[in-house]
Amino acid sequence: MTGALTLLGVTFLVFGLSRIQGDPRSILISDDASFDQWQEMGKQLGLDQPVYKQYQIYVVNLIQGELGTSTLQKKPVAGILLERGRNSALLAVTAFSLTILVGVPLGVLSAVKTGGIYDYAIRMFAVLGQALPSYWVGLLLILIFAVGLDWLPASRMSDWTSLVLPTLAIGWLGVSGQIRIIRSSMLDALDSEYVQLARAKGVAERTIIWKHVLRNAIVSPVTFASLTFASMLTGSIVVETVFAWPGLGLLSVNALNNSDYPILQGVILLAALIYVLFSFVTDVVYMMIDPRIRIQ
Amino acid sequence: MNLSSNVPEKNASGVLGSSYSRRHRLLRWPIFSLVVLFVMICLAVFAPIIVPHDENLGFLEDRHQPPVLFGGTSNHILGTDSLGRDVFSRVVYGARISMLSALTALVIGGAIGTALGIFAGYMGGWVDELIMRLVDVKFSIPLILIAFAMVVIFSPSFGLLIGLLTMFVWGQFTRQVRAEVLVIKTTDYVAAARTWGASPAQIMYRHIFPGVISTVLMIATFQSGAVILAEATLSFLGAGVPPPSPSWGAMIADGRLYLDTAWWVSLAPGIAMGLFIAAITLLGDWLRDYWDPKLRQL
Repeated sequence: MTGALTLLGVTFLVFGLSRIQGDPRSILISDDASFDQWQEMGKQLGLDQPVYKQYQIYVVNLIQGELGTSTLQKKPVAGILLERGRNSALLAVTAFSLTILVGVPLGVLSAVKTGGIYDYAIRMFAVLGQALPSYWVGLLLILIFAVGLDWLPASRMSDWTSLVLPTLAIGWLGVSGQIRIIRSSMLDALDSEYVQLARAKGVAERTIIWKHVLRNAIVSPVTFASLTFASMLTGSIVVETVFAWPGLGLLSVNALNNSDYPILQGVILLAALIYVLFSFVTDVVYMMIDPRIRIQ
Repeated sequence: MNLSSNVPEKNASGVLGSSYSRRHRLLRWPIFSLVVLFVMICLAVFAPIIVPHDENLGFLEDRHQPPVLFGGTSNHILGTDSLGRDVFSRVVYGARISMLSALTALVIGGAIGTALGIFAGYMGGWVDELIMRLVDVKFSIPLILIAFAMVVIFSPSFGLLIGLLTMFVWGQFTRQVRAEVLVIKTTDYVAAARTWGASPAQIMYRHIFPGVISTVLMIATFQSGAVILAEATLSFLGAGVPPPSPSWGAMIADGRLYLDTAWWVSLAPGIAMGLFIAAITLLGDWLRDYWDPKLRQL
């Protein structure tokens, strides 16, 4: 329900932006359109009607999957989004796997060995991952592994090797966030009385960490993980440009450079939809893993 | 959505628990952060006195000179870019632009976000509902996409950049402050003020606002790293400060084309940014532990 309201808010924003500058046709239609097309579009958008009516037409079109036509590629926006979205999704899945497979164990290790040399090294790794811009990391990786060592391709999408560098560039940020959040919620849980009780009972330390602590500490990492995945689907915009990866990111940058507003509004709506879906999934997962929330 | 489950719990004794002084003794000063931040802020503030060359003036015969440790001359410590401009001078001026835009956006966005958070938390009801839905909308769209749409409609300028960065930061303040206000609202001194006949505006300003200041400062610290990254990203993509003004993101983009021959053009601003943001993050961690370890999840 709140998700639907959020989406409505986003459509309002996108609609508002397209009308803010007078005639929306000036940004929705390509420069070489004929006068007939201009008139046609006016009728289609209902420009002779009051604004609230225009908004209504706009939303109804959206629900029917009618996102307009790209002014650059002259093809329906929905089809382009679907095609490019697949490539972005591939990248997001690999980067997300990295986040979980590397981030969770490192976060746990860091929390268990608080204050030690491992903890220190892992925290530095995480702080750097969050401080360095991912596109810069991407350039550095290209410089080392493609230009210097010539092990992996520098850009474009080909076989699996082309996936490695962009995954690392996007993944480091996710891994870092996951480490920091796992570490802090594990530390909270390690302080608790049930851990002391388990220790007093003589439960093996490994069982305490993986069963008692991690289970109780998992709620915020789960939120973080699902929102990371959502943001990876759309947030890899810059990294995609660095690696010339034909996903949604590269698409939006090209749209920016060619003033292709219909594409941009399509990507914005898609991003918001993904975010809302993932928030919903997170809430459901919450209820599955934490009985306390189910009671509320 | 379970907003209520996100409210940080406070123990009965509040922030000033019994372990307060012990914790302070255990925490070491964040020396690394303070030194890095001090040096970089000084560089940014005194940029006109410090830089050896004009940051926007290049000589093509000097192009792509390597940094001094890699066979260059001490005239250009960090080398020169493809237009023969001094990289060190541009990195220093870039720091200035990054800090100035981040600071402006944080002050404006922080003020708006905090005010909305206090308002939502204290008033409750439909006001709360409306403001929190706005926050949801804000979080559901990546900043970069909104920036792109804005740049297509308007053209890039410093003002637009500040506006976009402000839009980027306010939501975090609103969410966290609101959660805090929900706790403060139930305290005895607020109830007392109400019985004395204080108006809602008075209560919010005089009794609730002081209680959230530490949280606000902490969010501001954490967010300043994120804002600088956001500014650099926008500039990297050509949606930030228009050229030839030196911005870290734009410099990284400039160097991209010559990565195999003149890697320092891209690397230098990235390292500066990484150092700066790492220092801010560590300082933020320290502040959080110092003020209130209960907010570790921030």
